[in-house]
Amino acid sequence: MRFGVVRFPGSCDETDALLACKRYGDAELLWHGDSDLWGVDAVVVPGGFSYGDYLRVGAIARFSPVMDAVAEHARAGGIVFGICNGFQVLCEAGLLPGALLPNAGLRFVCRQVDVEVVNADTPFTRACEPGDILSIPVKHTTGRYYAPEEDLRDLDAHGQILLRYREGHNPNGSVADIAGVSNRERNVMGLMPHPEHAVDPLTGSADGGRLFESMATALAPA
Amino acid sequence: MSAGAASADRLAEARALGLNDFEYELIVEKMGREPNGVELAVFSLMWSEHCAYKHSKKLLGRLPTEGPHLLMGPGENAGAVTVGSGLAIAFKVESHNHPSAVEPFQGAATGVGGILRDVFAVGARPIAVLDSLRFGELSSGRSRYLLDGAVSGIGHYGNSIGVPTVGGEVYFEGPYEQNCLVNAMCLGIAREDRLIRSAAAGVGNLLVLMGARTGRDGIGGASVLASAELDSKDASKRPTVQIGDPFEEKRLLECCLELLDRGALRSLQDLGAAGLSSSSSEMASKGEVGLDIDVSRVPLREDDMEPFEIMVSESQERMLCVIEPDKLAELEEVCGRWEVRATAIGEVTGGRRLRVLDGDEVVGDMPVDALVDDCPLYDLEPAAPSEQIYAPPPRVLDPAADARETLLALLSSHNLASRRPLFEQYDSIVQSRTVRRPEDADAAVLQLAPDGGEGAIAVSIDGNGRRVACDPYTGTVEAVLECAANLACVGAEPLGLTNCLNFGNPEKPHVAWQLERSVAGMADALRELGVPVVGGNVSLYNESGDGPIYPTPVVGMVGALPDAALAPRSGFSEEGHVVAFVSAGVEPSLPGSELAKLRGDELPLGLPEVDVAAVREMLDAVRSAARGGGLASVHDVAEGGVAVALAESCLARGVGASVSLPDSSLDAMFGEGVGRFLVAGERSAIEALGDRAAVIGTVGGDALEIEGAGSWSLSELRDAHAALAEAFV
Repeated sequence: MRFGVVRFPGSCDETDALLACKRYGDAELLWHGDSDLWGVDAVVVPGGFSYGDYLRVGAIARFSPVMDAVAEHARAGGIVFGICNGFQVLCEAGLLPGALLPNAGLRFVCRQVDVEVVNADTPFTRACEPGDILSIPVKHTTGRYYAPEEDLRDLDAHGQILLRYREGHNPNGSVADIAGVSNRERNVMGLMPHPEHAVDPLTGSADGGRLFESMATALAPA
Repeated sequence: MSAGAASADRLAEARALGLNDFEYELIVEKMGREPNGVELAVFSLMWSEHCAYKHSKKLLGRLPTEGPHLLMGPGENAGAVTVGSGLAIAFKVESHNHPSAVEPFQGAATGVGGILRDVFAVGARPIAVLDSLRFGELSSGRSRYLLDGAVSGIGHYGNSIGVPTVGGEVYFEGPYEQNCLVNAMCLGIAREDRLIRSAAAGVGNLLVLMGARTGRDGIGGASVLASAELDSKDASKRPTVQIGDPFEEKRLLECCLELLDRGALRSLQDLGAAGLSSSSSEMASKGEVGLDIDVSRVPLREDDMEPFEIMVSESQERMLCVIEPDKLAELEEVCGRWEVRATAIGEVTGGRRLRVLDGDEVVGDMPVDALVDDCPLYDLEPAAPSEQIYAPPPRVLDPAADARETLLALLSSHNLASRRPLFEQYDSIVQSRTVRRPEDADAAVLQLAPDGGEGAIAVSIDGNGRRVACDPYTGTVEAVLECAANLACVGAEPLGLTNCLNFGNPEKPHVAWQLERSVAGMADALRELGVPVVGGNVSLYNESGDGPIYPTPVVGMVGALPDAALAPRSGFSEEGHVVAFVSAGVEPSLPGSELAKLRGDELPLGLPEVDVAAVREMLDAVRSAARGGGLASVHDVAEGGVAVALAESCLARGVGASVSLPDSSLDAMFGEGVGRFLVAGERSAIEALGDRAAVIGTVGGDALEIEGAGSWSLSELRDAHAALAEAFV
């Protein structure tokens, strides 16, 4: 299977995401100005500061040509995985529910945190078991997940909360300790922690690799 | 009006721009006439302390600049060393002190932006940033404001551009109250054959300005701001501080690296202090050519800018390159894709003159040599003070306090408390190279290739100004050895050093003395270690009405290690491991220490001499043991002495220890001196260190117990160590 990693001007973690994808499948970069996904099976929208994010995080990136193609891919049931800034972009683009607000501490925070797998029945988490604890770093200023009470009940009821921060590990004040959510169809996921920075014990942890592994096995020919 | 005679108006203008009468007369002589307004503006910056190093150049010649690993030494945008297998690491540290004292967020942010450009200007991809910060005591609102602003600014730039901030240091001392220090260091990686120099070459080649438009920001930054003492009217200097745009720089960085990959550039230079004036004359001087620059072609933010303003503007995120005319289309295509503005603004000429044109009109015409080489260099007039010039710090700890209270007071002092509240504001992991993050180990460790396989480097930045204030020579020797010790802890051998010499007004005899003794100490220590200086920066006039800052030579060292996976951490890990103390035989002493500071003791005038050769031998032994992989932890004993080092090793991974020190007097436990380490591991690994290592106890439990001195629970140590968090609420 083949991953495509979107590169916006201002992306920072696209090379890291590309390296992580390559551990589990083929992977290539997709240019923001290009409206073709070149037949990739799964799209990763990486972290960083797309277009500088001076207006509001993700607000400009959603209008890029590549995002039209990503939205179309998602509507057709294709896998789309947004990390950090990518999560913000997918929320702005309406592909994921909720929004990301400035951290409760109002500061950038870079920290290794534990997240717990809530729903393992998705293409992003199928290599895990519910209750598994993954050690993955966060690094963001705008990562406080928010959705209205009613929507939260809905997310919960439909198994759309995929990962939560472990008790005492919520770095940003996210509602209900939510770290990652999916759309109703579970083919689009957004996650604030950076699994691409947790694919090798040498650099801290390999737990994030299980999310890439999940996508790769979900898309592997039977 | 005859050549050589100064008109009163021009002379007054020259003085206002920071030149003295002698310098102005010399400019008139070199020009063969009086300079016009544009020329005077360019000269005033090129001959400023910041650009011409007129009070430090003679001294800097004493530092060793040759070494077996050196690829590019001082004089280029950044120096570079080889790390083997055809890879080079380029690195440099630079100050942005005065801009940060005036506007901390932008001052610190553009400090990072500037040092990143220095590194990619030599063709290296920036892979790490470190910072060295000094502020007044945090009891002062101003110091809290400066700390908060500077940390946010560093994070804003580094985090947004995707370069990890992997290490740094910060101290809080009264003499930095009005004049904080913000030094930023950057490392970049390149294939050795891809390093590029800044010398302009090829008459008829085009000079292309890339990046941001030029505005009125930062006018006079190098002269008015960087080369004079700070005073109470500094708020009025805010417009001389530049504004950073990391998004612009990110595109500029990627664009320049792609152009270099394609072999499209003949030379590359960043625009820093003194903007176009400095970058163009440096390129021309190194290439032994001339340049014509047409300011009417420079893209502007405001269209009514004067030619002199365009020449001296310090607008950020700009680079200057020289290309062959037939490469222009390719350059424009690459720049277009990265949305980077690129404009041919001039060309290389044969005349060794820097000519400034405004369309068809020549508005400035200066000999390049005069601009770059002919600034008068001044001899320092050093005089050792007969007594300590710095007032004792305020007493915050009763000298009668016992060991228990003293250790907690030291751990919670702002100079020793955990730096976590700062470094968590920095992305330390982007680019997938960071194997040892801040507080994991004594030095940051980076693998060269994100997927391993090409070896690793370690980097540390150090410089305890108070020790240098006590003894400029020995204090600086200690700073160099401390930095080398941090590298030894992770098994790295130093390849090169970059320095930033932060001092007061060199025209004052006692500051001149500090500067001269400090450089002598650095030179001697580096010769003994066999480490060359690859480049650096001098920041003088760090004074306010309250006097000079502590003399603060900051040193950043890069070392190589064969296997990052083996790099020891600083914290104890496993119950039952043996703890040993390793020492070069230096007697610890309290004068000038952190404890002496808390007690409000006078700073001594003179520190105990250091046997550098003995310390070097110890560093070699520790490095070799660290590389062997048998040691579970290695930690350098630094500020606060062995008791603080023990507490830090316990806190790093939350494991206690029980030890018995040969001498549990306060002097022995908290005294300071270089060349001392704490190691832990299996007994066999400790024994490999021979009689240098004295076993003092074992790892285990949830407390630190020092026989005859006291016992501290990990939780009380942790609470004390978290004291810096309150500065960021």
